[in-house]
Amino acid sequence: MAYSEKVMDHFANPRNVGEMPDADGIGEVGNSKCGDIMKMYIKVNDDVITDVSFKTFGCGAAIATSSMATELVKGHTIPEALQLTNKAVMEALDGLPPVKVHCSVLAEQAIKAAVSDYYQKKGIDPKTIVGDIPEPIECHLED
Amino acid sequence: MDHRVYADNAATTRLSSRALEAMMPYLTDIYGNASSIYTEGAAARRAVDDARKTIAKCLNVSNPTEIYFLSGGSEADNWAIKGAAEISKKKGKTHIISTKFEHHAVLHTLEYLEKQGFEVTLLDVHEDGLVRPEEFEAAINDKTGFATIMFANNEIGTIQPIKELAAIAKKHGILFHTDAVQAVGTVPVDIKDLGVDMLSMSSHKFHGPKGVGALYLRRGVRLPNLVHGGAQERGFRAGTENTAGIVGMAEALKESCEVMSERNERLVKIRDKIIDSLLTIDRSRINGDRVHRLPGNVNMCFHGVEGEALLLSLDLKGIAASSGSACTSGSLDPSHVLLAIGLPHEIAHGSVRLTFSTETTEEDGDYIIETLPPIVDKLRAMSPLWEKIIAND
Repeated sequence: MAYSEKVMDHFANPRNVGEMPDADGIGEVGNSKCGDIMKMYIKVNDDVITDVSFKTFGCGAAIATSSMATELVKGHTIPEALQLTNKAVMEALDGLPPVKVHCSVLAEQAIKAAVSDYYQKKGIDPKTIVGDIPEPIECHLED
Repeated sequence: MDHRVYADNAATTRLSSRALEAMMPYLTDIYGNASSIYTEGAAARRAVDDARKTIAKCLNVSNPTEIYFLSGGSEADNWAIKGAAEISKKKGKTHIISTKFEHHAVLHTLEYLEKQGFEVTLLDVHEDGLVRPEEFEAAINDKTGFATIMFANNEIGTIQPIKELAAIAKKHGILFHTDAVQAVGTVPVDIKDLGVDMLSMSSHKFHGPKGVGALYLRRGVRLPNLVHGGAQERGFRAGTENTAGIVGMAEALKESCEVMSERNERLVKIRDKIIDSLLTIDRSRINGDRVHRLPGNVNMCFHGVEGEALLLSLDLKGIAASSGSACTSGSLDPSHVLLAIGLPHEIAHGSVRLTFSTETTEEDGDYIIETLPPIVDKLRAMSPLWEKIIAND
């Protein structure tokens, strides 16, 4: 298993990393038992994601996909951000090893979770706009 | 490549120059088949026989013919376990005892045997990573045919009381196999004193070439043939001998045994300095008993950090290490060894294993001590799990 140069670049120099104290929406997906948690923070102005940051507990691919996802939605409108697919994140990173595909799914879900939280805070039901965010990880645990 | 610190010697080691030199003639001029009668063949035969004697001497085996050359540790484990199962079954014995933290070459072979109708008991290895002899004895019943318990664990380096366990097996008339892949060449292994029936070893773990290993099989234990064909390895394992590999393995083991006591004294100091230093990191832990432990093994967890991210960061700083982390093995589950010693999943995800060899220097150890803590800090700073751990304080 080897990572692409782009994955290694985003792992070694993650973009938009850290907490955002004045975030308009915060989304968290994954769980520690499976070994990945992603937390996304967004700042929204006039339906545009003006700023975004993340915190991730997870492997190299989890950190790199979080970083790439923030780059792909920054400065874009919410409807555009909701169009972001895990495939787009993977392509932007020049691919991921098959066992790491779930990390890109998590990154997509984390953005959606942050947008959901943003709507919730505004008193708007996010379900109709964002849809359900399913448990994305196929993490088979024995206990 | 800039200076690298290779700290993954439990995975594999560099071929020693002495071993390479010993091998060279058998990769060039002395290419005869060891089974051929003419001069070229006889030279190869002598080399294989001498290698067997060398290995027998290093491990205190009474008769060199009790050493069987194979392709490596996994093959040795497979032959010993499937063969012992076959012998046991003929006697109506279908119960096998092993432990929860064996290498997959053992665990997956046992799973295969379970599907064939065998019953397997996996002993607990407790928080310290050590088997309790009394629990082993209690697990033996009148259906037990044999036991297979590893000498030293490949992840956490804990050394089992093999002599005591083998004596219990003997007392109850059951065969005893030990996977000593991490022990041979690393710590003293005296087979006569241990009293085991079978012992697996692998050349590339002690600076020998890859693709060669051996099984010690006590005289009188008649395993079924592993490979049917020619008369090589007394007919048990047919196929033209890997002369150069066998010679390299013997030379590497001889060298390891020569340098062992001086090297281990040095490695224990390096190991303990690293462990003591890294334990000062908040919420860090050492995995496995500190005393009954391989001289060159450090295995630690740093809460709130995921293992693979730690390894990649170490690699970027020039340190080659490994992890019990799921990610490296391509599965999402954390290390079965760390789960076996009772670690919760979220902590087991954050482990790093550093394993040393003859080549490891004190400077390498100091570089690790200096490099690792800032990496843990950096990863924790971006970890939402760490944020929660701190918040719960």
